[in-house]
Formats: sequence, C-alpha cells, structure tokens
Amino acid sequence: MDLSVLLSQLAEGMLISVEIFTLTLVFSLPLGLLVAFGRMSKNPIIRNITKIYISVMRGTPLMLQLMVVYFGPYYLFGWSIRGYRFLAVIIGFSINYAAYFAEIYRGGIESMEVGQYEAAKILGYSKSQTFIKIILPQVIKRILPAVTNEIITLIKDTSLAFVISVSEMFTTAQAIAAAQKTTTPFIVAGVFYYVFNYIVATTMEWVEKKVSYYR
Amino acid sequence: MKILEVKNLKKDFESLEVIKDISFDVKEGSVVAIIGPSGSGKSTLLRCATMLETIDSGELKYLGEHAVQTIDGKAVYASPKDLKRIQSYYGLVFQNFNLFPHFSVIKNVTDALISVQKKPKDEAIEIGRRLLEKMGLEDKEDAYPFQLSGGQQQRVSIARALALNPKILFFDEPTSALDPELTGEILKVIRELAAEDMTMVIVTHEMSFARDVADRIIFMDGGVIIEEGEACDVIDNPQCERTKMFLNKFENR
Repeated sequence: MDLSVLLSQLAEGMLISVEIFTLTLVFSLPLGLLVAFGRMSKNPIIRNITKIYISVMRGTPLMLQLMVVYFGPYYLFGWSIRGYRFLAVIIGFSINYAAYFAEIYRGGIESMEVGQYEAAKILGYSKSQTFIKIILPQVIKRILPAVTNEIITLIKDTSLAFVISVSEMFTTAQAIAAAQKTTTPFIVAGVFYYVFNYIVATTMEWVEKKVSYYR
Repeated sequence: MKILEVKNLKKDFESLEVIKDISFDVKEGSVVAIIGPSGSGKSTLLRCATMLETIDSGELKYLGEHAVQTIDGKAVYASPKDLKRIQSYYGLVFQNFNLFPHFSVIKNVTDALISVQKKPKDEAIEIGRRLLEKMGLEDKEDAYPFQLSGGQQQRVSIARALALNPKILFFDEPTSALDPELTGEILKVIRELAAEDMTMVIVTHEMSFARDVADRIIFMDGGVIIEEGEACDVIDNPQCERTKMFLNKFENR
C-alpha cells in the first residue's frame, strides 16, 4: 500500500483526534475552574458533591466513563439521540479532564500568599477584580507545568474514543492494519502522536517563557 | 480633626483575648508609633483598624464616620457601600511589601488608581511617576518587583499606598523584613512624609526612630495599652515598670 494513500486514509482519523483534543480543552479548562470553586466552596453541600465528582472521575477508567455517557441516556431514559456518538466523546472527555484540571487549579489557588488578597483588599479592588487581575494570572504561571502534563496525556487518551466506535486516528490505523495485514499504519500512528505532542510541548514551553518575565 | 477614633476595641482568636480594651485617637497630621513586645497585639490592632480582621466589639471611626459600632454588645459594620468609601481613607504598608509580582513597578503604583478609582490612564501614570521620583525610583518604573532590593520594593509599596491619596497611612513593621543596612532608606522616607504632615500610624521595633518621628507613642503589652504619651516622654522617661523593662532590653543590645 502506497504511503500517500495510507496517509489520506488516516487523515480523517487524525482530524477527529485533533477535534476531540481541541474541543475537550475548550470545555474542560473553564469547567475545571468552576469545579475548583465548588471544591473550595464554603458551602459543605457544594463542596462535598464536588469532592465526590472529582473522586469518581479520577477513580474510574475514562474508557468506562465514555461508555456510561454514551449508553447511559438510552439505558436510563430510553432516549436514542441521533449523532450523539461524537458529542458523547466530547462530554465524556470534558467532564473527566475538568476534574483533573480542577485539582490543579485548586493547588495553584491555594498556594497563593494571603498577602496578595490583603494588599488587593486594602487598595480597594473588588473580589472579582482581585481574582481576575491579581490572583488568576499568577495561578496560571504556577500551574503551567502540571497543565502541560495533562494536555499531553489528553493527546494520547483521544484514542480511547474507539470504545464507542468513534473512528479517531488509532481506530482507523487498526482497521487498515487488519485489512492490509501490515504494521505500517501503527508506525504512522506513532509518528502522528509524537509529532502532535511535540508541537503541543513546544507551544507550552513558549507560553512558559512568555510568563517568565516575573518571579 | 480626628482622622481615626478607636474605642473599646476587643478581639479574640478562639478563646484567646488578643486585644482586650483599646481606645485611642489619631489627629490629622500626627504620627503615632505603636511599640511593644512581640505577641502584644500591636499588629492585630493594626489589622483590626484596617479591617483585615473583624473586631468582636468596640468602635472604629474614620473622619467621624462609623466603620464599626457596637450595638447590643455586638460589632456591627457599616454597609458595604459605606465601607468601600471608608476604606479609601486609609492605606497600609505591609511588612512583606505584598507587591504584585506580575505587575511592573509603575503598574503596581497606578493600577488601583485606574481600576478602582477609575482615573484616566495618563493621569494615573503622571501621579505614579511623581511618586516614584519622590521615592528615588524614577529609573525603575519598568522593572518588576523581583529585580529590586527589599528596600526598593518597600518604597514601591509606599508609593502604591500614597497613590490613592489616603488620609491616613498605616505601617505594619515596615522595616522588619529588611536587612539592617536597608532599613535606613525606609525610615528616611517615613521621616519625609512626617515632615509633610502625613497622618501615620506605625507599628515598629525601631525605638530611636519612633522617638524621632512620632508625636505620640503607644506602648502595648498583653493586648492593652500600658502607656501612652508624647514620644520623648515614653521613650526617655517611661512611667510604667513594664515599659521600662521593655525599653531596657533595647538599650542593652
């Protein structure tokens, strides 16, 4: 099989992998912040619900979670939703990664010196101004290495979408490999993941450099 | 005119009484130094006065306006809107500076002017530059806090507090985090402010500085005011045994 033919067959799968990756980040990064707030809430009900949520998300396999999100609506309510497959992948990935991001945010927020809040209060900043202008930028700088770790894991995790038959890159590669009786698609897949990760890691390195103007 | 009035202030942490019953006034243009051994409650008093801590009972007035009063034995704070205005009457310089590390020096000084007081940016920058010049930091406006010495950082934080044009400025041990050779530059700045009749309350361990710069000195121990009076009287001719003992320790060093 010609490499260019193979690549064009894999291209669609690659695109889906990139889509899963991008959409998951778009939803889970802000959702994670919301969950972090819940986890740090003074209200014990909100705090404990969030704690259980994080515990379940981190304590069970993502593969299983994807199956629950996809099959759940049908088994629980008898709903069958058209075109739900891809949406289920995005929901499953987003709520899973939000739990991990939430704990990273929480670690960052709790590591902030109380003096920063006090200085802001004395200067008259409102609570939201204090968080957005003073706290969050410093938190982002502190958590970047941990976030980079998660993002890199996410790239590789996109292959888990196969469990509900979303043909991302790895599923496609497996199908071609089985049909053609060749291992080349796996090599191409490996190269694809590595290059993807390399780009992401380099980008994150650049972002870290960008915020290294202060200590 | 009285800028600050504190009456019968009480503050407990858990069951520990940190401030037992403290009353004092600060008149416009005067400098009050608060001295005392560590654990005497002087920093807590400052934190209560600047509302970083809530008080349990007593009264706190700025420019005749109640920030807190005690009704039926309970401390009642003014409405958030009133508190926001009252808060703008005072500034605080911290022991550890608490500059914003991600802001340049000029942004540290001007950002509250722009985002809290809603001043136009160029006006704020003008105010900021004038204050930095006054602090001898005109060449540092684009630097970041980590690039400055402790003394320079503390001068930036004084400029940041002054930018908002407070009626009264509190200092919480402003030289305690500094190397001995850097304390002089901060004390000089505070002396200059005193000469301009800036109203100030300073918690300090620098006894000779307190005598020079302050009009009145409050000596605290165990959460109460042991002795209060004219600065030179309290330092040079203390009346209470505890004040004498405390000051002796400093002389013997």
